[in-house]
Amino acid sequence: MTDDRPLLEVTDLQTHFETDEGTVHAVKGASFTVEQGEIVGIVGESGSGKSVTALSCIRLEEPGEIVSGSIRFRGTDVTTADERRLRRMRGQGMAMVFQDPTTTLNPVFRVSEQIAEALKVHEDPDSQRLLDYLHVPPFSDRSDWADKRRRAVDLMHEVGIPNPDERVDAYPHEFSGGMRQRAMLAIALAREPDLLIADEPTTALDVTIQAQLLERIRNLNQDLGMAVLLITHDLGVIAELCDRVIVLYDGEVMERGSVDRMLIDPRHPYTRGLLECLPQTTPRQSRLSSIDGEVPDQIGPGSGCPFAPRCEYAVEECRTGEMPRVRLEDGRDAKCCRPEVLDADPAEVE
Amino acid sequence: MYRFILRRAVSIVFVLFGVSVTTFGMVVFTPGDPAEIVLREQTAQNPSQEAIREFRAEHGLDDPIPVQYLDWMADVLRGDLGQSYYHDTPVTTMIIRRFGDTAELAVAAILVALVISIPAGVISAVHTGELPDHASQLGSLLGVSMPNFWLGYLLIVVFSLYLELFPVSGAGTVRELVLPAVTLGSGIAAIITRLLRSSMLDVLEAEYIGTARSKGLRERIVVYKHAFRNALIPVVTIVGLQFGYLLNGAVIVEIVFQRPGLGTLLIEAIFARDYPIVQGLVLVIAVLFVVSNLLVDVAYRYIDPRIRFDGGTR
Ligand SMILES: Nc1ncnc2c1ncn2[C@@H]1O[C@H](COP(=O)(O)OP(=O)(O)OP(=O)(O)O)[C@@H](O)[C@H]1O
Ligand SMILES: [Mg+2]
Repeated sequence: MTDDRPLLEVTDLQTHFETDEGTVHAVKGASFTVEQGEIVGIVGESGSGKSVTALSCIRLEEPGEIVSGSIRFRGTDVTTADERRLRRMRGQGMAMVFQDPTTTLNPVFRVSEQIAEALKVHEDPDSQRLLDYLHVPPFSDRSDWADKRRRAVDLMHEVGIPNPDERVDAYPHEFSGGMRQRAMLAIALAREPDLLIADEPTTALDVTIQAQLLERIRNLNQDLGMAVLLITHDLGVIAELCDRVIVLYDGEVMERGSVDRMLIDPRHPYTRGLLECLPQTTPRQSRLSSIDGEVPDQIGPGSGCPFAPRCEYAVEECRTGEMPRVRLEDGRDAKCCRPEVLDADPAEVE
Repeated sequence: MYRFILRRAVSIVFVLFGVSVTTFGMVVFTPGDPAEIVLREQTAQNPSQEAIREFRAEHGLDDPIPVQYLDWMADVLRGDLGQSYYHDTPVTTMIIRRFGDTAELAVAAILVALVISIPAGVISAVHTGELPDHASQLGSLLGVSMPNFWLGYLLIVVFSLYLELFPVSGAGTVRELVLPAVTLGSGIAAIITRLLRSSMLDVLEAEYIGTARSKGLRERIVVYKHAFRNALIPVVTIVGLQFGYLLNGAVIVEIVFQRPGLGTLLIEAIFARDYPIVQGLVLVIAVLFVVSNLLVDVAYRYIDPRIRFDGGTR
């Protein structure tokens, strides 16, 4: 594998949903990268396409459809990969923790079993036999499964589930929300991923549990060098954990760059709006809902800048024209047709 | 688990008490004096008053009704379902002899139903709107709407009379079991297929299916392990209630194929007004029904860990 390539490289991704009301353009040409070992945040209001972007990366966008663009993971384009390659990628490279821990574990199987399965897939993604996974005696190696269950208990310990030994036989409904989310993390870690995608892993949890879980993710990143794509509403979390951040609005990347710079010196009017409505005292619980106006519905392709209706600098061109990507200093860039608003050199417009 | 079964057993006792009273009452309140009817049948002439008196005394028909009931129950509890009006064999023995034939038919029919409906229901859900789905939907529509007796005669005409593959009637060998089992099983298969299809469609939308796929599990394991087990929960509940359908169907199928069994025994007894047999059979069928429902409840709780054996859910 060539090391100068990013671990994940998303280029001009477009994901659509066909609905009765029309085509929903959930992601409209998002581009970003995640390098080996870094933590990248995706931030944006509800409905801005964060989850759909993440799901597209691991190819679980159904019922949506990736209509154009490419997603390269360790150099292979996953948008065109076959089932077998996808299984390998999911089993040995990219893992995802979903938004809502109450519905993401299978209610009828023991938690330890669900972690053990992930260990088993990781070991050999290519030969998965149904009867083996159903534990039908002659086709299933009992001692191997017993061994996997023991390792599952170790993993439960590792992610901070209390008394894992007593919980070998526990089902998801016997776990609290925080424990379930940790179990999801254990399922992800079982595959020793290079990239962990965490879709608002803490929104359903209370503040202390949130902090513990994020700390856990940070440690995994530092100790194992696991890259993380962290999706959140919460700029406080971004500030604390991430190296770089991607600001998503209505399925488009408005601004991207290093966290330090962007939080001090936001350029895109949308990013500025986001930061302004962040209450200084309790950054942890802030929600990005206080910019005037509403997120547009995403039916139809739309034209111009999606933020134009809410933007105080908007001119006629913003509503109709193509939005160019403008390079800013420190490797940042923003999508806007008015370099003067971005305080940028007009020569840097692409 | 044991407490659950114990509690269910207590309620079963009450249910069976109710059933026994009804069964008993059914005979007592049926118009016509059984003594007269049976004797006329046996001798082909109007019976004398004396013969009727004798018959009534022999069968305890002159005692007060509660006493008759208690006598009957006391015998039943000892496993004695009484004596047929016509045959010398005790009712209990007659039922036991025929029970095996019906059980064989029922088990074979359920096997047929499962072998057809599990793949049909799952494949139909996985390929919604495609050819296999349409085929299975059409098949199950036919299966649900075609009466057992008609399907039975159809199979006899095609496979026995025309192709001469299977015998028209009889019991005992596997070849004689095939057509009745298919007849009875196909209706149940149709019901399970439809249920399983819609239940699978629901389950496949669930987020934990996304989790299973995201682990890198192959689709077959996602479908037949993660989705199927969940999809079974509503199916088992309904299938448990289908047990009555199975017994009903067995009666008809036994008549169509002239198979010995509880169904044919029941029909013969009803036409002959051989009430001890009818009473005994109804009671036995009720017990089977109640026990099968208990088994379904246990199975249900085994499949869905969220339901605990001590009652409530969390
Ligand atoms: N299954 C679907 N069918 C139709 N539209 C969908 C579907 N899933 C998502 N969308 C649409 O795609 C857009 C982006 O949704 P997405 O879930 O990515 O938002 P999000 O940024 O994750 O929001 P949140 O912060 O609330 O999780 C929304 O307009 C949503 O309505
Ligand atoms: Mg989301």
